[in-house]
Amino acid sequence: MANNLDVLVQSIISACCPVIKKNTGFVRMKDLKFLIACHECDLLHLRRPLPPDGTARCIRCGAVLYKRKRNSLNRVLALTVTGLVLFIIANAYPFLTFRLEAQVQETNLITGVIELYRQGMWIVAGVVLLTTIVMPLLELSGMLFVLVPLKMRRQPWKLALLFRSVRSFRPWGMMEVFMIGILVAAVKLVKMAQIIPGMALYAFMILIFILAASAAALDPHIIWKTLD
Amino acid sequence: MKPSPLTAMSASLISCHSCHLLCKAVSAAKGLAAVCPRCGARLHSRKPNSIARTWALVIAAFIFYIPANVLPITKVISFGKAQADTIMSGVIYFVKSGSWPIALVIFVASVFVPLLKLFLLTFLLISVQRKSQWRPKDRTRLYRITEAVGRWSMTDIYVVTILVALVKLGSLATIEAGPGAIFFAGVVIITIFAAMSFDPRLIWDAQEPNNERRKQP
Ligand SMILES: [Zn+2]
Ligand SMILES: [Zn+2]
Repeated sequence: MANNLDVLVQSIISACCPVIKKNTGFVRMKDLKFLIACHECDLLHLRRPLPPDGTARCIRCGAVLYKRKRNSLNRVLALTVTGLVLFIIANAYPFLTFRLEAQVQETNLITGVIELYRQGMWIVAGVVLLTTIVMPLLELSGMLFVLVPLKMRRQPWKLALLFRSVRSFRPWGMMEVFMIGILVAAVKLVKMAQIIPGMALYAFMILIFILAASAAALDPHIIWKTLD
Repeated sequence: MKPSPLTAMSASLISCHSCHLLCKAVSAAKGLAAVCPRCGARLHSRKPNSIARTWALVIAAFIFYIPANVLPITKVISFGKAQADTIMSGVIYFVKSGSWPIALVIFVASVFVPLLKLFLLTFLLISVQRKSQWRPKDRTRLYRITEAVGRWSMTDIYVVTILVALVKLGSLATIEAGPGAIFFAGVVIITIFAAMSFDPRLIWDAQEPNNERRKQP
C-alpha cells in the first residue's frame, strides 16, 4: 500500500519537476515554490491549484497541506472587525451577576483574574488572563494590522513577524473552553443563588463563533505569498 | 529495493514550520541559525531536541499531576468554616447531586484528558525511540489527538476563576482558589508545550530505509 503511494509521488514529482534528482540535493529555487512538504510526515507534494473551498491532504499521513478559500481576506477582515467590537463589549459590560437574596455581586470578564491575583494565585491569574483576554486580543488586533494595509494595497509593517506571531497566538486563546467553565460554574451555583447572564456573556458567546469562522476562512498562504 | 519516499529531508530541503516555504538546507555556517528567507522563522528540518524536550515536559507534567489532584483546588469559606475541595471531590459532589453530565465533563476534562495526553505522548516517544514500524499513520492520528484535546483541560481552572469572582459574600460564603489550582494549571500548560515540542515527522523517519545515512548533522 505504502509502496504504491511512494512510487506515485516520486513519479509525479519526477514527471513535473525533472530537475529534482533524488539525494543529489540539486533543486533550483524557482521549482521550490511548486512543492510543499507535509508538516507532519515531511513527504514532498506538488502544489496544485484547488477548486474553491478545496483541501489538499497529504497522501501518506492525511494531514491538511493547504486549502483554498473563497474571498478569504475580505471575509477574515469582516470577521476580525466584528470580533474586536464583540471583544470590547465582552470586556466592558457586566459578564455574570450573582444574586442571593439582597446580596448582588456583579462581575466582569476580568474580575476572576483580579480576585485570583489578590488571593496570591498570580500564576493561575496570569494563565487565565493570557488565555481568555490577552491572546484573543493580540490575535484579533494583529490580524487587523495585517489585513487593513493589504486591503489598501500597501505592505503591512513588519508583516512577516506580525503574521508569524498572530499564527502562534492562536492555540493559546481558549475562549470556547472558558464557556464550558461558565456552564459548569453556573450548574454548581444555581442551587444556592440566582445567576444572571449579562450583555458581555452574549458578546463572548458570539465572539467564540466569530473566531472559529475567521480561523476557517483564513488561507495563510495568500498572506505569505505577498512576501514573495 | 523498496523506493524510499521523497521527503523534504531526503531532498536536502527544509520546510519552514511557519509559512511552509521550502528552503535549501545550508550545510555551512555552523552555529549560525538558518532563517526562513520569507517569514524570518528559524529553520530546522526537525524540531530541535524534540525527544529529550518532550520527555522532560512529560515527566514534569506527571509529577505536577499528583499535587494537582491531591491538593485542594477550591476552598469554600462559609460562616467561618472552611471546606476544601479537590478535583475528584468536585466530581463526586456532582455525581451525588445528580448532575451526571457535569460530573462527566469535569472528569473527562480534568482527570481523563491530561492522563490520556501524557500516556499517548509517552507511547509515541517510546515508539519513536525504538524506531517502531507499527502503523505510522495511526500514530500520527494519536499525535493529532494529543494536540487537539489539551486545551479542554483548562475547564476546571476556569470554573475556579468564575466561582472566585462570583462568590464573595463576606462571612456568608467566599470561595478561594487552592494550591491544587497552581499545579493543575501547570499540568495543562506543560502538556500543551510537550505536544508542541514532539515532532510527528520522527514517526515517519523510522519508516524510511537507510535513514541512518540521512541523520541530522
Ligand atoms: Zn504527511
Ligand atoms: Zn517561513
